[in-house]
Amino acid sequence: MHSLTAENLTELKLKANDVRQGIIRSLLAAGSGHSAGPLDMSDVFTALYGHLMRHDPSNPEWPDRDRLLLSCGHIAPVRYSAMANFGYFPVEELLTLRKFGSRLQGHPERVTLPSVETTSGPLGEGLAQGVGMALGAKMDGKDFHTWVVTSDAEHQCGLHWEAVLTGAKFKLDNLTAIVDRNFIQIDGSTEDVMPLEPFAQKYRAFNWEVFECDGNDIAEFIATAERARSYKGKPHVIIANTIPGKGVSYMEGDYLWHGKPPNAAQADEALRELAADRERIAAHE
Amino acid sequence: MSSGTPVLDAAAQRMQLADYRAADLKLVPTRNGFGEGLIEAGSRSREVLGICADLAESTRFEGFKKAHPAQYIEIGVAEQMLVAMAGGLAAVGKIPWIASYAMFNPGRSWEQVRTIMALNETNVKIAGAHAGVSVGPDGATHQAIEDIAIMRVIPHMTVVVPCDSVQTKKATLALSEMWGPVYLRFGREKSAVITTGETPFEIGKAQIFREGGDVAIVACGILVYNALIAADRLSAQHGIECRVVNNHTVKPMDEAAIVDAARGCGTVVTVEEHQRQAGMGSRVAEILAQRHPVPIEFIGVDDRFGQSGDPFELVEYYGMGADSIVEAARRAHERKK
Repeated sequence: MHSLTAENLTELKLKANDVRQGIIRSLLAAGSGHSAGPLDMSDVFTALYGHLMRHDPSNPEWPDRDRLLLSCGHIAPVRYSAMANFGYFPVEELLTLRKFGSRLQGHPERVTLPSVETTSGPLGEGLAQGVGMALGAKMDGKDFHTWVVTSDAEHQCGLHWEAVLTGAKFKLDNLTAIVDRNFIQIDGSTEDVMPLEPFAQKYRAFNWEVFECDGNDIAEFIATAERARSYKGKPHVIIANTIPGKGVSYMEGDYLWHGKPPNAAQADEALRELAADRERIAAHE
Repeated sequence: MSSGTPVLDAAAQRMQLADYRAADLKLVPTRNGFGEGLIEAGSRSREVLGICADLAESTRFEGFKKAHPAQYIEIGVAEQMLVAMAGGLAAVGKIPWIASYAMFNPGRSWEQVRTIMALNETNVKIAGAHAGVSVGPDGATHQAIEDIAIMRVIPHMTVVVPCDSVQTKKATLALSEMWGPVYLRFGREKSAVITTGETPFEIGKAQIFREGGDVAIVACGILVYNALIAADRLSAQHGIECRVVNNHTVKPMDEAAIVDAARGCGTVVTVEEHQRQAGMGSRVAEILAQRHPVPIEFIGVDDRFGQSGDPFELVEYYGMGADSIVEAARRAHERKK
């Protein structure tokens, strides 16, 4: 993997901005869906597709590609927008999100869109499948890496912890979980609904190597993920601290934006804001 | 052959059945057939894996573990994990067999089965052990009698309930080599071995084990033996000749064989070690209601839970013994008139 230059970083920031604009446009067209999570994970997905992962959009079935699983399938708009912006399919297709006949189902389905790697939406199931993929890679001597993006609230699911136990048993150092630690879920704050803290200590107690970073700082996330990926002997988790709704000021930090899309006026405002951000990023360069 | 015992009829001879009336009939648990089949499947393909949730001995994984240690994975008491992890392994080319008691997998793991195995179309194979009330002393918590219902309703799923240990071995091999999500159901207790190595087996193809034109008995699992015994009694004591169909593939069901049985006999008795609702017999009824309506009687558990007891005492108590099948066939025969 090449090292990150200042020029690359600006390109990635611009891409993350494109990804956010794609999210807003697709959610507006769909008329339903989740806003806060996709926006706050735009920097992470941009870093994964734009720098960290071994992948080839023109050959999505490449057997040696890194595997990226989105466990919390409800933030699919960020994955779709990142995939479109990195060349997996035309950006215009984002406007078919959640519509009849679309490959962009409300929650991702592998059968209709194979490059999403698995079907997800029911929470707490992605890491378990990632454990299977990473173990399969070890059994066959393959060197691809498996990345699993999870929400914080799905750590309330028992199956997720079965997967954490199993990953540790098999010392899957070719597996990295990324937690979107935005502290929100449908019914409110994660710490009110069902407290998750002390979060990092839980993973340490399960014998995982824990990394923590600002999930909305692309450079910091990339540096952290590179350290995690090269850590040997244990599976790793990156607790990516994010601001829900990041990039759209009126959504930031408000759990009520967890599960709803913007209306036309709100989308307009969001896109104006993002366009201004884009100018600033480009000008800064 | 003792005097007075009829020789196997033409259908049974065609199917090369064992002499199921013999006093020294072999009794072997169907789960043994799974264990033997899996060892052979693992030899045929290195991609075949056995994934165990702390039940290696009772699901008959032990032999596979010894024969193919590199293909064996133990994950502890975590049935949802069984399915989800197997989905990941299948996604990178493995052919995972996951085994637990049917009550826990697919009982506990049903949503993972639906999403990760079926909607996601992965090549994961479930072995559901200890199905039916014939689990015996463990009691109702461990007696899966709803599993056929919850599996046959899932699109893309193949559901197989073999009639004895020999057929379970053949089914394990055939399902290992078939691409797609499957559910293989078998039991704990020793049960009659009525087929032989020479008996054919094909997924999706029901088998006629006995000829007769008065009543069709359509059975699956270890109760196929009870159906054959009941057919003998019906012939000897009531002059009713039964066609006995081993309907081992519940999904996709052999519709032609079911319709042919209804046409040929004019009435049907279904027999399964499962709730009467939504199981194999209900599928038979769905097919016949649409294609060839005839009177149907259902043998199975009548909307109750099981309990502790001697395995075959429970089979009798819940109305699945040969005598209950005789009575159901007589009712069915009467309803034709």
